[in-house]
Amino acid sequence: MYTEKVMDHFMNPRNVGEIVQADGIGEVGNAKCGDIMRIYLKVDNDIITDIKFKTFGCGAAIATSSMVTDLAKGKSVKEAEQITNKMVAEALGGLPPIKMHCSNLAADALREAINDYQSKKESEQDE
Amino acid sequence: MNRIYFDHAATTQVDQAVADLMFEYMTDKFGNPSSIHGFGREAFSAVDKARQQVADLIGATPEEIYFTSGGTEGDNLAIKGIAYANKNKGKHIITTSIEHHAVLHTCQQLEQEGFEVTYLPVNDEAVVDIEVLRQAITPGTILISIMYANNEVGSIQPIEDIVRLGHEYGIDVHTDAVQVAGNYPINVTDCPVDALTLSGHKFYGPKGIGAIYVRKGTRILAIQQGGGQEKNLRAGTENVPGIVGLGLAAEVAQREMVDRVEQISNLRDQLIRGIMKSIPDTKINGHASNRLPGNVNFSFIGVEGESLLLNLDMKGIAASSGSACSSGSLSPSHVLLAMGLPHEVAHGSLRITLGRHNTEQEVNYLLEVLPPIIERLRSMSAWDGQSYSKKQEDYCSNCQLK
Repeated sequence: MYTEKVMDHFMNPRNVGEIVQADGIGEVGNAKCGDIMRIYLKVDNDIITDIKFKTFGCGAAIATSSMVTDLAKGKSVKEAEQITNKMVAEALGGLPPIKMHCSNLAADALREAINDYQSKKESEQDE
Repeated sequence: MNRIYFDHAATTQVDQAVADLMFEYMTDKFGNPSSIHGFGREAFSAVDKARQQVADLIGATPEEIYFTSGGTEGDNLAIKGIAYANKNKGKHIITTSIEHHAVLHTCQQLEQEGFEVTYLPVNDEAVVDIEVLRQAITPGTILISIMYANNEVGSIQPIEDIVRLGHEYGIDVHTDAVQVAGNYPINVTDCPVDALTLSGHKFYGPKGIGAIYVRKGTRILAIQQGGGQEKNLRAGTENVPGIVGLGLAAEVAQREMVDRVEQISNLRDQLIRGIMKSIPDTKINGHASNRLPGNVNFSFIGVEGESLLLNLDMKGIAASSGSACSSGSLSPSHVLLAMGLPHEVAHGSLRITLGRHNTEQEVNYLLEVLPPIIERLRSMSAWDGQSYSKKQEDYCSNCQLK
């Protein structure tokens, strides 16, 4: 039911882990639904220089988390903001229909992380 | 890669002798049991023999056995048939919240038709409390339908007590014994249920065939109309290959019952001990000891079931889970939730169901590959097992997962 690409990202996920002094952290999902995704960002001159994730969830949840980190790494914050859940699913060669809603949240997690980064930046500028 | 099958509660491999016999009744001996000629008589006596074999498996008489297309039809026929036949006496049915969907959805349908249904809760080991059952009985109760043992967590229900209580009030008792028949001793003389459902493919027989036992004198109506097969209770030309296959599988199961139960429950206990020893933050689901011989069910905190199944599949191991994702539905197992497990723990369940072909080597292989898989999934998990009540609770408020 999963494409080869999904299985590859599930079995060999890219960028797993945490960033200790992250510039932004985003988290979506909830354990009740069976999916939680957390994304950590390191940003230098508005470029995402490092990105890591931790995910509790099914094969699709882990594969989309891995894929979104791959897509976002090295991009500018502005570019990364444009990544959608649909783009992540397409980059994986598609997901089973039932997974499109519940487990395809990785881009939302990335956007949360970017929001967190931006609000931290703003509050630093305020000081 | 060697493939290891640990999903016997889902289905089993047809016994070779059973398959050979079925083939014979599809090719040479293909007659319709209702036909008067030699081909028909040949098929008729084969069905007769199978009825005896199935009756022997559960201590019934052949006249009390009716062939169906399997467990789902059997549950539908027994429950609706008894409900319709007794609706002038009352319209109340008692069942449990942990039944198979074949029972739950049948009861929900009856509610649509004006019956009233009580779904009994279970304790944290998935066992019904007999006193709670007693309190649920009303003057209008006509049927109690409680599974013999649960398909997900293996807990065996106090069926003898349930029958005694039901009969005290003159209420018929049906039991869905799909997971039990052929895998664990059942005797309708010692445990005098009024109706019982069994299914062939759960004990090395074919899919698409099963039977219900209906105690002589029990009022029951047909739910489908047609020719007068199965004494008018189940119309339709008999599935002769399936029936002879079911019969032989029943005979083999009865003959090997004692050995199988011993061998399989030894493997089960070895597996439970092994997992408890090697994997921390693990919860066993179901009754600690009074469970089906082949059933092992665990929740691993912080791990989601489908991820776990996919990882095991990559190692050649076939198992199942109560996680929403692995069931193809959108919510985790209703059984685990009814036992009081939080959603997130229910999502992380693993069901291993052992069968007669499983070996100690296979169990050891699982014990070898499982701990590193759990460790790896936990190391990348965003949920550490703490209960989850942050703002994310609302994230899925418009989600279909309830």
